[in-house]
Amino acid sequence: MTALAQTAVASEVQPLLAVRDLRVVFGQGERALTAVDGIDFEVAPGEVLGIAGESGSGKSVTLRAILRLVHPPGHVSGRVLWRGRDLLTIPEAELRRVRGGQIGVIFQEPMTALNPVLTVGMQIRENLREHTTLDAAGRKARAIELLDHVGIPAAKSRIEDYPHQFSGGMRQRAMIAIALASSPKLLLADEPTTALDVTIQDQILKLILRLRRELAMSVVLVTHDLGVIAQTCDRLAVMYAGQVVETGPVTEIFRRPRHAYTLGLLNSVPRAGVMRQPLASIPGQPPLLSNLPQGCAFAPRCRFVIDACRQARPPLVAVETAHKSACIRHETVAAA
Amino acid sequence: MTEAEPLITVETLSMSFRRHRSFLARLTGQPIQIVRALNDVSFTVARGETLGIVGESGCGKSTLARCLVRLPTPVAGRISYDGIEVLMLDATRQRDYSRRVQMVFQDPYSSLNPRMTVGQMLGEAIRFHGLRRGPEVEKRVGELLDLVRLPPDAKARYPHEFSGGQRQRIGIARALAVEPECLIADELVSALDVSVQAQIVNLLLELQERLGLTVLFIAHDLRLVRHISHRVAVMYLGAIVELAETERLFTAPSHPYTAALLKAAPELDPARRSVVDAVRGELPSPLAIPSGCPFHPRCPIAIDRCWIERPELRELAAGHIAACHLATA
Repeated sequence: MTALAQTAVASEVQPLLAVRDLRVVFGQGERALTAVDGIDFEVAPGEVLGIAGESGSGKSVTLRAILRLVHPPGHVSGRVLWRGRDLLTIPEAELRRVRGGQIGVIFQEPMTALNPVLTVGMQIRENLREHTTLDAAGRKARAIELLDHVGIPAAKSRIEDYPHQFSGGMRQRAMIAIALASSPKLLLADEPTTALDVTIQDQILKLILRLRRELAMSVVLVTHDLGVIAQTCDRLAVMYAGQVVETGPVTEIFRRPRHAYTLGLLNSVPRAGVMRQPLASIPGQPPLLSNLPQGCAFAPRCRFVIDACRQARPPLVAVETAHKSACIRHETVAAA
Repeated sequence: MTEAEPLITVETLSMSFRRHRSFLARLTGQPIQIVRALNDVSFTVARGETLGIVGESGCGKSTLARCLVRLPTPVAGRISYDGIEVLMLDATRQRDYSRRVQMVFQDPYSSLNPRMTVGQMLGEAIRFHGLRRGPEVEKRVGELLDLVRLPPDAKARYPHEFSGGQRQRIGIARALAVEPECLIADELVSALDVSVQAQIVNLLLELQERLGLTVLFIAHDLRLVRHISHRVAVMYLGAIVELAETERLFTAPSHPYTAALLKAAPELDPARRSVVDAVRGELPSPLAIPSGCPFHPRCPIAIDRCWIERPELRELAAGHIAACHLATA
């Protein structure tokens, strides 16, 4: 039944990106830390996939591993299939055409991701030179067009400004413009709005959604903010201690989470109408990667825990079509 | 609640900072730039009440928190605490005020002394104010750790040995060590993960109930502020633009900025999505606050009057004030 359901989903759309058994280990031997512990997920054309999790859950490392941006002592294994090619094994030259070309990236802190001694225009043109066949005049015109497209007012006069002359929101817009220069098919966004104020966050998220529509690109959005997920993503993967513990359509997971951790997270957020009542917090704190419990990593904090949870790590299995959970108690959780 | 004598009365509080001028700027005779961080801020807080203060970065909410404990002393205005004129206190009486009003800082990583054990840190605060002597100090340290739900063995450990949530508990314990009446919590849980945030919020609610604390809860997270506060003040460019009882403010905001802020906060319901921006433009620089109503360049309903005349805070209904020419109750 589950195998059938999976084939049905897989045959519907060919994923743009498929991550298989991705593992990121830092260090060696006894002291090795597993930051990402064998995860699988796909990104379909045109979809926004959210990766949610708390600090240390491995969500940002996952994003970096996809683009081979994890450096020693980090070691990446598994497969990252981009249009049928494994990004983890292709030659460096080919990888460079994909990274920053077909796959664009934006990071949390634009001030550290942008080059402070180059103007914004130069940084956009650099990417255009690398990934398009435009001549100098064409690149110049295109750079202004891109800045205008991401909503920077008076783009023409601001193109020769340096990053420090931009506000936080404008910097993030500039970074998006750089990423878009190569017309990517996939945009990877690592906490793109975490450092921004709520009204600016709102503008940037809507910009990303508009660009996704106009350019027919897919987006992978890494965030810790469940509100951001609810407002922007089509599908969601929840990570905990380096593993994907639940994945499925956002509406479905928010309506009826099937993993005790997801349920706990959703309940931790204050809701209207229950003023000054204790929040349903999750006791304890996320485990240290150096000291992961046996079995389900969430078991020590889980209120649904049974003996079986502590025996072996529960596999991620389909609980409904396109909805998977790595929780033995998913039926009880769904009913809670 | 509004009937009783307020514990804290703040009147026309103003704070400004001189912007650093580079050597070149001084040589070329550029004028000194003044950042007006707080402009005529007035409000009251009742005993046992939680007043939430929200706003975006640069709105002056942290400056307000710091001015209340005179770090730094504001340039103008008046703060009255339980009948005492705070800004006129001499050193000795200031020390007592500092004990009664405690601040808990945003960053639990940098606000604790890394070279002191938790026990030493708490003990120092207790001894400094002469609250306990000799072996009594140790006992009190144990009580405090128990109060914030840290294990007794935390006493002999250093801040770096704790997680973010635990460090914030230490910060709270340190503030409570001197038996304050009022806590000023500046972004108390912003640096923490969601699941840990909820634990700290619960702790704060419980402690407030148990110790009868008055709390000023400063944060940018609207959901949290709504959950914790009795009343909420919204700040924009150094001024309060709206203040009302929490549910009223969140369900029927009168100021367009409050409405925009509420609309911009991402809702937890994927079925309710909007595609239009909640508010256009960005926060203007506090060096050049716009004329008239400071919000007019971004306001969707601004009229000519808003460009010229700065709106005063008006009472729209009992306990609900807003600074907007067009606001109605």
